Amino acid sequence: MSVQHPLEHRHEAPGFWRKYLFSTDHKTIGIQYAITAMFFLLFGFALIMLIRWQLAYPGKPFPIPFLASLLGEARMVSGIMLPEFYNELGAMHGTIMIFLGVVPLAVGAFGNYVMPLQIGAPDMAFPRINMASYWAYFLGGIVMLGSFFVPGGAASSGWTSYPPLANIATQGQTFWLIGMVFLITSSLLGSINFIATIVQLRAKGLSFFRLPFFVWAQFVTAFLLLLAFPPLEAAGVLQLMDRLFGTSFFLPSGLVVGGKALEVSGGGNPLLWQHLFWFLAHPEVYVLILPAMGIVAEIIANNTRKPLWGYKPLVYSVLFLGFMSFIVWAHHMFITGMGTVMSTFFQATTMIISIPSVVILTSLIISLWGASIRYTVPMLFALAFLPMFGIGGLTGLPLGLASSDIHLHDTYYVIGHFHYVVAPGTLLALFAGVYYWFPKVTGRMMSEKLGKIHFWLSLIFINGVFLPMFFQGMAGVSRRLYDPTTYAYGKVVQPLNIVMSYSAWLLAVAQIFFLINLVYSIWKGEKASSDNPWDATTLEWATPTPPPHGNFLTPPEVYHGPYEYSVPGRKTDFLPQNQSE
Amino acid sequence: MMEIPYTVKPHPVTGVYNGKFGIWLFLASEVMLFGALFSAYVLLRVGADTWPRGSALLNVPLATLNTMLLITSSVTMVMSWASLKVNNFGKYRFYFASTIFLGLAFLVVKSFEYGAKFEHNHFPSTDTFYAIYFTLTGLHGLHVLGGILVNTYLLSTAKSMWNRDPEHMTNRIECAGLYWHFVDLVWIFLFPVLYLL
Amino acid sequence: MNESPYGYWLPIDISTHGYQIDQLIALLHWFMGGLFVFWSAFFIYCLIRFRHREGHQASYRLISGKFSKVLEVGVIIVESVLLIGFSIPIWASLKHDFPDAKEALTVHIVAEQFSWNIHYPGRDGVFGKRDVQLTSPSNPLGLDRKDPYGKDDITSINVFHMVVNKPVIVHLSSKDVIHSFFIPVMRIKQDAIPGSSIPIWFEATQTGKFDIACAQLCGLGHYRMRGEVSIDTQEAFDQWMLQKESESEQASSEETHQ
Repeated sequence: MSVQHPLEHRHEAPGFWRKYLFSTDHKTIGIQYAITAMFFLLFGFALIMLIRWQLAYPGKPFPIPFLASLLGEARMVSGIMLPEFYNELGAMHGTIMIFLGVVPLAVGAFGNYVMPLQIGAPDMAFPRINMASYWAYFLGGIVMLGSFFVPGGAASSGWTSYPPLANIATQGQTFWLIGMVFLITSSLLGSINFIATIVQLRAKGLSFFRLPFFVWAQFVTAFLLLLAFPPLEAAGVLQLMDRLFGTSFFLPSGLVVGGKALEVSGGGNPLLWQHLFWFLAHPEVYVLILPAMGIVAEIIANNTRKPLWGYKPLVYSVLFLGFMSFIVWAHHMFITGMGTVMSTFFQATTMIISIPSVVILTSLIISLWGASIRYTVPMLFALAFLPMFGIGGLTGLPLGLASSDIHLHDTYYVIGHFHYVVAPGTLLALFAGVYYWFPKVTGRMMSEKLGKIHFWLSLIFINGVFLPMFFQGMAGVSRRLYDPTTYAYGKVVQPLNIVMSYSAWLLAVAQIFFLINLVYSIWKGEKASSDNPWDATTLEWATPTPPPHGNFLTPPEVYHGPYEYSVPGRKTDFLPQNQSE
Repeated sequence: MMEIPYTVKPHPVTGVYNGKFGIWLFLASEVMLFGALFSAYVLLRVGADTWPRGSALLNVPLATLNTMLLITSSVTMVMSWASLKVNNFGKYRFYFASTIFLGLAFLVVKSFEYGAKFEHNHFPSTDTFYAIYFTLTGLHGLHVLGGILVNTYLLSTAKSMWNRDPEHMTNRIECAGLYWHFVDLVWIFLFPVLYLL
Repeated sequence: MNESPYGYWLPIDISTHGYQIDQLIALLHWFMGGLFVFWSAFFIYCLIRFRHREGHQASYRLISGKFSKVLEVGVIIVESVLLIGFSIPIWASLKHDFPDAKEALTVHIVAEQFSWNIHYPGRDGVFGKRDVQLTSPSNPLGLDRKDPYGKDDITSINVFHMVVNKPVIVHLSSKDVIHSFFIPVMRIKQDAIPGSSIPIWFEATQTGKFDIACAQLCGLGHYRMRGEVSIDTQEAFDQWMLQKESESEQASSEETHQ
């Protein structure tokens, strides 16, 4: 552990702006991503906490009058949320959580900070493009936030923005589209950088099959971003044309809206949007989950103190997942009137894509066999990821088969399914990553005690939020309902909504422990025992702490696979990749 | 202190320097972008009751001229890079400036085409054919414009860059060339699809 | 029926095809549950047995892959059976085995923000023309009453009457945005997409009144786009038709007087 390195003095100290704001150093950019993404995660969570009041107590005035009046009469009339505002909150929650929260944290923050260190590179291949990627993301975030304040409010047609609804929506939708163009640009620049860096800048001796699994996950993720986002960009351009220049790409002839015939040429096709959108959005699901799997694999190997079980099958699975994710998209569209041939194809590909997920989960669980498990805080989160992702993955099966999807499509069952993948799944893994790499970034450890409180409370309440959704969905409750008690079957399961809402609010309380821990530990946390406090094998722990500009003091050389733990006949139970013997 | 490797020299295994690798990745994503738009075109056309013949509505001679301009500009682009390879900076400057000029000429012709359409009250909102025509050619035009801007920047800094690091300079022109050929290629697809079929 | 048709799991099923979907959902959940319990048991056993203790060291050696191979092959087999044996045939029968139009009740349902318009062909069995230009608050479908086929047509808003034990063919479309026609107790759900008319069919096995829901976000009134399906006996249905006929005659005669 070293606070100051003599090396840093060799270079001219960059000014404040270059060092903290417009830095091209991948570590600074990673931290910028982390802070911004965490803000957006909190913000997106806050949106849903508002919604949870309306869902638990439909039509009752908001219990915090101050907040209600702050939001204004256009959103809350005498404390009661308007359906328009409800739809804005729903659409923006999805958009913010996915595009501004989870992906930037999983890829932008962890990928940027950790990946170059793990491959022994001095920085990304294109540092300035890396900086541009962050600022494009930042601008996209500003546009999305700003859209709440335009007349008519933010986008309100769901994060999926299906036309014709999105075509005739208020101005907020245009902002949404422009914001998405920024975010797509950011992802594009980022993914080019990631792939080029992993292919070109690996340290000497670091062959592809010696890469840590996290790097593999980022590699496949980058390909998904690179190739899946452009079709959404195309769709976004077409929707912008529809909204700004009066074209009818998504509008068929003869539309009557609110009793008036729509003055457009017609001739378009609303399903065109869905095809283009889901061509992105299904790979996007894997963009959300693969980096999480990578983080979990790192932490499990480190804390079981033994090599991962089935490293190669894991790698092949993740490659296969990436490839298959491009040909399953229409399983989101079974009930748009799909015939037998198409539905058979997409059901079959969907069943096939479930196999590599089973392989990955099984490999990670078998990795525990014969281990010596250290129950550190990151390990707790990583372990919890496994059953949570299991639930999320398994509940995808009834949705992936067209016939069972008939009843479950667009119900809360779907919401439960993908939240289990992304929230109790990915988010827990991201927390694991924060606790795990915190000492590398700051040189200090996060508090174990606060971390454990945070873990247990989060695990309990996050399940309290999402588990009841499966029962609501089975009962038939549709998603995106402002007042679920309109329907008889919604009334029956309404008590679940109250349980879920309290769980959500308590989940928020649990995050206070995390925030306190995070901020406190930056300055006051216990100092890490060494540059490698977890006794890990991968290259990021072979740098000084925090790593200086350029990362490594001398170019590292790699002699082993990534997880040489408990190698027989050695004094220590870990053999770093760069140790020659 | 480590420096980023392979910024200029090719990687021994992949055989390319970082920038070239990056531009190929970028072009892969561009293929997906235009591929998606072409798919949209096919879907809309197949779903339409009637679809006009492009040659009946659009100005084929002007578009043919534009095709020639772009193809020529691709040739001058190759020549400019080849000139650098044989250390002839003066020739590079001539060919590279010609590329920029031909790109501008393409845009000028295009703007006349657009102008004529607007005069006849043909707008993107007129029907699906014009909608896809304006969207595809417009997006392609933006790509041409982007290329011109970057090329102009490269030309303006060429002399000092050439004196400082000729190999790096040559690489940059190679990457700019790859992009320019791609934009040319997109037009080669657009021309028959929109104007002839 | 005294018991509520709804609960915390699937609602009652009163369609002729729904049992197959329920069966598939049940099988899937047994499979999912089994796999999850199996995984969890192994997981928890490992967590306890292989916890870090003094003097205990992790083993560098990896166990053989038989266990996971068996599991993966098992998953592949079960998924294939569910796909080929259940899902594909059910889907095919719903898409292809339409009942004979002569035996069935055929209706058009046109969704709009935020209601369901139900259009019956009337006594002649032929649907009258609908024209966008004719839509008005009193004629949301734009039904052309001057069309000879349109004179006897019956329309209804949000209340869909059908006959028990007689198949129904619904041609589903939308006037404005995408909606989704969902009857939970009938295990039927189909998007209503503007610009296309999509046929679906189903048959009820018992009488009663149940919810029709919109399952696709369609705007600020999505949550209240609730319809009602009333499954009648043939007699009750005919009675309702007669009543509707006289209502529409009255309306059209008033119109001519004005």
